Amino acid sequence: MSVILQIDNLVKSFPEPDGGVVTILDIPSFVMNEGEQVALIGQSGGGKTTLLHLIAGLLSPDVPPSKKELGVDETGDEDATVRKSSIVIDNIDLTKLSEQGRDRFRAHTIGYVFQTFNLLPAFTALENVRLGMTFGSGKGTGSRAMDLLDRVGLADRADYRPSQLSVGQQQRVAIARAMAGRPRLLLADEPTANVDPKSAEVVLDLIRKTCQEENVAMLMVTHDMQIASRFDRIEQLDQINHAIASKK
Amino acid sequence: MNLLQIAWRNFCHRSLSSILTTFSLALGVGLVVLVLSIYGVINEAFTRNASVGYNLVVGPKGSPLQLTLNSVFYLSQPIENLPYTEYMEFLSKSQRTEMVDRFGGDESLKDRGGRYSPYIGDGFVIPLALGDYFGEFRVVGTTPLFFEKLRHGPTLEQKFTFSTGRAFQEFSAEHSYFEAVVGSRVAKEMNVTVGDKFFPTHGDPTGHGHDLGFTIVGVMDPTGTPNDRAAFVNLEGFYLMDGHAKPIEEDKTENANETLSAESKTKLDEAIESAKPDDYRLLSIAEREVTSILVRNGNVMFAPQMQNAINEGIRSQAAAPVGEINKLMGLIVGPLKNAMLVITLITCVVAAVGILVSIYNSMNDRKRDIAVMRALGARRSTVTSIIICESMLVAMIGVIIGWVIAHAGIVAYSGTIEEQTGVQVSFFTTSNNEIWILPLVVLLALIAALLPAWSAYRTDVGSNL
Repeated sequence: MSVILQIDNLVKSFPEPDGGVVTILDIPSFVMNEGEQVALIGQSGGGKTTLLHLIAGLLSPDVPPSKKELGVDETGDEDATVRKSSIVIDNIDLTKLSEQGRDRFRAHTIGYVFQTFNLLPAFTALENVRLGMTFGSGKGTGSRAMDLLDRVGLADRADYRPSQLSVGQQQRVAIARAMAGRPRLLLADEPTANVDPKSAEVVLDLIRKTCQEENVAMLMVTHDMQIASRFDRIEQLDQINHAIASKK
Repeated sequence: MNLLQIAWRNFCHRSLSSILTTFSLALGVGLVVLVLSIYGVINEAFTRNASVGYNLVVGPKGSPLQLTLNSVFYLSQPIENLPYTEYMEFLSKSQRTEMVDRFGGDESLKDRGGRYSPYIGDGFVIPLALGDYFGEFRVVGTTPLFFEKLRHGPTLEQKFTFSTGRAFQEFSAEHSYFEAVVGSRVAKEMNVTVGDKFFPTHGDPTGHGHDLGFTIVGVMDPTGTPNDRAAFVNLEGFYLMDGHAKPIEEDKTENANETLSAESKTKLDEAIESAKPDDYRLLSIAEREVTSILVRNGNVMFAPQMQNAINEGIRSQAAAPVGEINKLMGLIVGPLKNAMLVITLITCVVAAVGILVSIYNSMNDRKRDIAVMRALGARRSTVTSIIICESMLVAMIGVIIGWVIAHAGIVAYSGTIEEQTGVQVSFFTTSNNEIWILPLVVLLALIAALLPAWSAYRTDVGSNL
């Protein structure tokens, strides 16, 4: 089974109001295989969403200081320097792409399901799904969007606007939208957090089933162990993230 | 979905704001189109009316524009009058001889052809005598040649026609010298028709009425020229009205050669003695005056030469009506149009600012939408383009609606416009500069979109998801 996602030396820091810098993520290594479904568990504020944004190319990891900045001789031991972050998805290192390149790559390769669904209110359910393939290569068509809506059980709600759909239905549209561009990797940021337990089951089953059908790897962030237990693999963020470990 | 569809969805989503912004832009565009169209109609009407078959108008020295306005458009007051002999300078020797024999006058006038007659060739010369009114409308004393020779219409090929009746004759057994023809608007507003008689007032609309009346023998079809607003009377009848004969004594020294010869005076005295109560003594040449003379050169190449010759003289001037009207348009109407255009363009700029405010105010609500689109793979340039497309949509729809409203308004009044000016307008009649409205408004909309587009470009994805 080939690797779909490989993260090495991923570091992300944010400036603090007092002028300091706080490191949120420091992940030496993280790997996902093609078609694999991984649940990432972590507490609120632990950097889960930041990790997803980094994998999606919406944020860039920290650039390590140069040897000169570290005061290390150019001929010195390479291990003494901070190694550069890399996020390799489908054999392409996101950190080496320009912002435009990352946008294009994201449109082609990554699907994203948000905790708050983030459907665009001006568009119908069908148009929201079609929007998921608008910015990619155009692999998807109108029939693909309709087919996806059918698979999430909302073919009869294609012309409804988000405000006319229930919360559960909105999340199902969001799943269809995330899958519209035929991604290789689906990132789901607590997609069941805002729906009732019954709908959460439905949503979870739907995501997993759709990913399996299309052989899409999925990394789902959650803080619910019960949901995580249904995944092939469970990763605890505080174990792979040295930034959290060092705080402890 | 393409960017235009996405922009259209955003436009519809904020329908009230979008419609109000578009409508304000449409009003601005409509005003610009109206100003341009009205100027186009005025320009065409003036230019067309300035050339109804003659190329020069001759009158006393003074302002050539005033001469054109009073003789061609029947506006403004006549400058002065010219002696009839000045009119005779355009006639051939045989015509002058015939006139002296008929009306009586200095025999020496027969000795030569008119100074300007060689320039006329196959053309024509029509005298006008102005000064009286029928209600608020000008009474124009002229000859039947006016209706025979002058033309109107877009190609100057249409003869004057009559909705009822005919052109007046110089003399008829029924009405003697007192036949008249009225323009279509005069007939309508004064509620007169063939067979009616009117009594012109002297000097101005409120002046005293003449004792002699003219019988209307024809009502002209609408021509869209100032002639619709005039009552034409036979020149001979005009001269016969009280106060229209030039006192001979006053001009003895100046026009000594024009006074009656002894032989003519004898003839005149005999005619007066043998006249019946209904007979009229036509004025002698010395008693006659004309206000202006419409001239058409047989060969228009002679026109400038003749104009120079006339203008070099001390008594009269010749003006080219088209040239005078073009000057008027350039000096007064043109700047007025430009002032109106500036005002209406400011309206468009204000509307463009409205676009800016409308879109910019919505940017806070849209930041999440923009972030979502970015997360779905949209580039910064893509979300920027969507904002610009939305502004373009408002501009395009505003221009179309504004153009349609303005032209619908013009069509609604096309009947009145044609009646008043003779200019036919249809829905698709456009003025020269209308073509620039769309690019101009699109440019304004583009400028208006820059600020919100920049805001969209800078939207941070992470903090807005």
